[in-house]
Amino acid sequence: MSRIGVFICHCGENIGRTVDCERVAQTAGELPGVAHSVDYKYMCSDPGQALIKQAIQEMRLDGVVVGACSPHMHEKTFRRAAAAAGLNPFLCEMANLREHCSWIHEDRERATRKAIDLTRFIVEKVKFNRPLSTILIPVERRALVIGAGIAGIQAALDIADGGREVVLVEKEPSIGGHMSQLSETFPTLDCSQCILTPRMVEVAQHPRIKLLTYSEVESVEGYIGNFQVKIRKKARSVDETRCNGCGECLKNCPNKKIPSEFDQGLGLRTAIYVPFPQAVPNIPVIDRTNCALFRGRAKGVKKVVCGKCAEVCGRKAIDYDQQDSFVTENVGAIVVATGYELYSIGKEQESQALRGYGEYGYGTIPDVIDGLQFERLASASGPTGGKILRPSDRREPRTVVFLQCIGSRDPAKGIEYCSKICCMYVAKHAMLFHHKVHGGKAVVFYMDIRAGGKGYDEFVRRAIEESRALYLRGRVSRMYRNGETIRVHGFDTLSGEPVVIDADMVVLATAMRAQPGIASLAQKLSVSYDQHGFLNEAHPKLRPVETNTAGVFVAGACQAPRDIPDSVAMASAAASKVLGLFSKELLEREPLIARVDRATCTGCFQCERVCPYGAIERKPLKDAKGRLIRMVAEVNQGVCQGCGTCQATCPSKSVELEGFTDEQIYAAINAL
Amino acid sequence: MAAAEPVAASAVPGTRSLLAEVQDATGLDPAHCYQCGKCSAGCPMAAEMELKTHEIIRLLQLDRRERLLATESIWLCLTCETCTTRCPNEFDPAAVIDALREIALRERRDSVPRHIAAFHSAFLGQIRSFGRVFEFGLVASYKLRSRAFFADVLAVPGMLARGKLALAPRRIKGIREVRRIFRKCATREEPR
Amino acid sequence: MKIGYFPGCSLHATAREFDESLRLVAAALDIELDEVQDWACCGATSAHATNHALGIALPARTLALAQRQKLDRVLCPCAACYNRLATARHALAHDKKTAAQVQSILGLAFDNSVGVVSIAEMLSGVTAEIRKQTRVPLTDVKVACYYGCLLVRPPDVCGFEDAEVPSSLESIVSATGAAPVKWSMALECCGGGFSLSRTASVVRLGRLILRAARDAGAQIIVVACPMCHSNLDFRQRAMLERGGLNQPMPVLFLSELVGLSLGLDPDRLGLRRHFVSPQPLLDRISASKAMPERREQA
Repeated sequence: MSRIGVFICHCGENIGRTVDCERVAQTAGELPGVAHSVDYKYMCSDPGQALIKQAIQEMRLDGVVVGACSPHMHEKTFRRAAAAAGLNPFLCEMANLREHCSWIHEDRERATRKAIDLTRFIVEKVKFNRPLSTILIPVERRALVIGAGIAGIQAALDIADGGREVVLVEKEPSIGGHMSQLSETFPTLDCSQCILTPRMVEVAQHPRIKLLTYSEVESVEGYIGNFQVKIRKKARSVDETRCNGCGECLKNCPNKKIPSEFDQGLGLRTAIYVPFPQAVPNIPVIDRTNCALFRGRAKGVKKVVCGKCAEVCGRKAIDYDQQDSFVTENVGAIVVATGYELYSIGKEQESQALRGYGEYGYGTIPDVIDGLQFERLASASGPTGGKILRPSDRREPRTVVFLQCIGSRDPAKGIEYCSKICCMYVAKHAMLFHHKVHGGKAVVFYMDIRAGGKGYDEFVRRAIEESRALYLRGRVSRMYRNGETIRVHGFDTLSGEPVVIDADMVVLATAMRAQPGIASLAQKLSVSYDQHGFLNEAHPKLRPVETNTAGVFVAGACQAPRDIPDSVAMASAAASKVLGLFSKELLEREPLIARVDRATCTGCFQCERVCPYGAIERKPLKDAKGRLIRMVAEVNQGVCQGCGTCQATCPSKSVELEGFTDEQIYAAINAL
Repeated sequence: MAAAEPVAASAVPGTRSLLAEVQDATGLDPAHCYQCGKCSAGCPMAAEMELKTHEIIRLLQLDRRERLLATESIWLCLTCETCTTRCPNEFDPAAVIDALREIALRERRDSVPRHIAAFHSAFLGQIRSFGRVFEFGLVASYKLRSRAFFADVLAVPGMLARGKLALAPRRIKGIREVRRIFRKCATREEPR
Repeated sequence: MKIGYFPGCSLHATAREFDESLRLVAAALDIELDEVQDWACCGATSAHATNHALGIALPARTLALAQRQKLDRVLCPCAACYNRLATARHALAHDKKTAAQVQSILGLAFDNSVGVVSIAEMLSGVTAEIRKQTRVPLTDVKVACYYGCLLVRPPDVCGFEDAEVPSSLESIVSATGAAPVKWSMALECCGGGFSLSRTASVVRLGRLILRAARDAGAQIIVVACPMCHSNLDFRQRAMLERGGLNQPMPVLFLSELVGLSLGLDPDRLGLRRHFVSPQPLLDRISASKAMPERREQA
């Protein structure tokens, strides 16, 4: 016969005002199997917990039911108290008399009757509880960071400095991400490359960071503490072990007219190239789509069309026959820091939700550029050596018009969210323009100014008050070429006047979007993402760097539009989570997970099909001689989240969710 | 408007809400407008309007019945649909202005600009009489209503010479159907 | 090809040449125009600007008549008529409340199955035929294609082509051998129905259009709407009187231009009816006809 202890909490007035706790305790005390039943003002307080511990020992209780708030609040508290008194913590459960009863009802009599029912419900369930122990899982204490922009770099450095090895994977030939393309950063106007490159070098030289550039994640197997990640190292066509970065190949490549991705199409590069002078690693890559030799091969031309780079390479590092290769890394945690892409307003869009902007020329007017292109113009290492020059005729523009919110906050033709960084970087652009072009005029069309960070609003005021940028509150209806200039038709709603400007250059602050291809990466990681491709955090307020997949964390703009300080903070936060995970050799997990009875499992694997977490594995069931009887399902204890879908699905009732077995649930239901 | 008159953030108690009326009539919710001004920026008549497009929507959000129904600005809208096509929130200012005009005609007939009122009456009068608009009749009727007797008079010979003025209007067979449509539309008491 | 035809009120009088040229061009291209019997005015601006129900019911009646006549599509050469009929069709399809109202007002049963087509849509579908039948390629004629506001907007009602960068008129004009110019005022309103009641606005807006066409190097403007034509042609003198625009610019209906390239007689096309004489264009065409045979554009 059970000896269950029932403890009803008043929770001050929270429960006590609506529920007659004394009566609930009294009635519960009369249930068969209940050996002890009391009520108390604050069960979660020290004296309250002491009551429970004392009762467990004195009354030799073999089960505890606390009728109080939600288990989300204090289940851990009471379980710890039970464990301290020598009772297996999983024999202690809570009946939610607050969120499920006193907080939602007003009628005292009916609420009290419901509270009695709820208590009885849990008492009957607890009679079938089994003692359980925490599950221990070994942890591979190495981390994988995907993406080596500022967020990925920061996360990698923090984890490595914390004493753990990191594998850092970057799909571009160099690390640095978009931050390496920027000229100066707000709100300090620090030179972006100057503050970034020391970090990049640190990453390259760190003894605990294994850097894989020009590489992508191919597949991910496993679970928290035990991931096996297959990584594709794309063929650079250059032997990294031989190349010394002398740059002779670049100088001699005959194809010098390829639009440079790093310069956002404003500059040119060669077919064998290094994206920018401070690239890490400083090893070139051959663009096989544009390289004459490879195009010849693709056409089936027999003779070698070009081989200039191999000719001039003193180290024989060029390898035209290099293939993609694969490595598999075992890691215990993964941080996703894949960053963002900038929206292009062109006519062709890859999503139905985006329709481009015909009224702004669909990207066909050469002197209408976007924010990143302006950064390249302003960059000392950019295609114009840091001078602001028009792409069309390389003349200095006198009047530059900046348009905010292009694609953002636009349910009609773009996306509805705010891209967060544009108000700040447009103010920055206006200031840079003012410094570089004396007597130049910057005009900004805005709807609102979002400058909530530290020193941010002051920064925007400087643009207006010191750099004399003209801020007009209103949007532009359309723009078109008008001779040498671009005629911009806008409005200033504050004065109520239409504004027509003949601009020499127009800069569009286009929306920050998730990287293309993020869906496929997210699926490999079993991480969910929203309709815009931004990865989902576990809880928007309280768990911003975790995902719903244990062991996978997010940092930076891949989760939502974000600036550099916030990305860095988030990366460090993710790193601290990883280091926390790695602080023990064994990972403790709650044992409230599913368990398969191999004897009755028929091997239909319906559970595998419905499991949202991929936690079901197929294992062989063998006889005494080692012969295979059949394949059966087995639950991976590291991955299972205890959702119970398998239990509900299994046609042979071979899967049970510990803590929520059919027996327990039916007992509880029958008690009502 | 008296200088010290306070702005009501919504309908003055006791009066009907213009906002609600327009919402009923058009099915549109002016709350979607975030006053970006893109509509006014592209409006061909903005230069001539006292209240620009986005200001009209703003005043509607504030339920400023008096000001909106009395202004000439709503009559200057050409329904060129530029605002509707470009609004980032897929709002339809042109439809809202049409609804305001209909309400203004019902309640503030005297505030409708004379020439524009005359034109619309003349035009619709032609349809009611003949089923189709005959320019000569239209112009004559317009001149009578607007008293703009002398404008374009010199153009008449040119028009006649080019065969562009049909002098004898012909009524369509189904004129009763057309008149029935007018009757039924005129008796619409409830908003739409 | 057979298609329903809704000429609209202006094509019978002030824009007679539009109707005349369109009928000739249709005949040449083997398109049979079946006029909707006993049609009434679409209501233009005056109806929808003063009474929403009237603004839908009047064009809806035309659609119902077209259906009764077993037409599956109706061509509306006038952009305003096109927009009203297309709007009515859209409202009846998407707005249950309006649909119910209109059904009760009309007292006619119909299921809104008739399509509405603009002249731009129709002719851009037969550019191959136009090219084939071109007898007088309009080489070297620089044309500003003026869409006006109602031919492509709003996009969910018209839907045939891009509302910001349309190209149907350019494709038709190119098929005649002429050279469409890139210019900035293709979609800007001409002042619509304000010709009588607010002429000054029409003159102001028209000047912007004429100037832009001239600056882009156009020799003529091609339109697809009788209102636009009247504003830019009949009212052009007032625009020129304000100065700064140099020579007059002939304004042609799309069907007139196509008709010329098909070798049809300018008088029969109604070109004599214009206020701004198209003679400079006709001279240019004769001059190029007199030159040695040029190969027709493929």
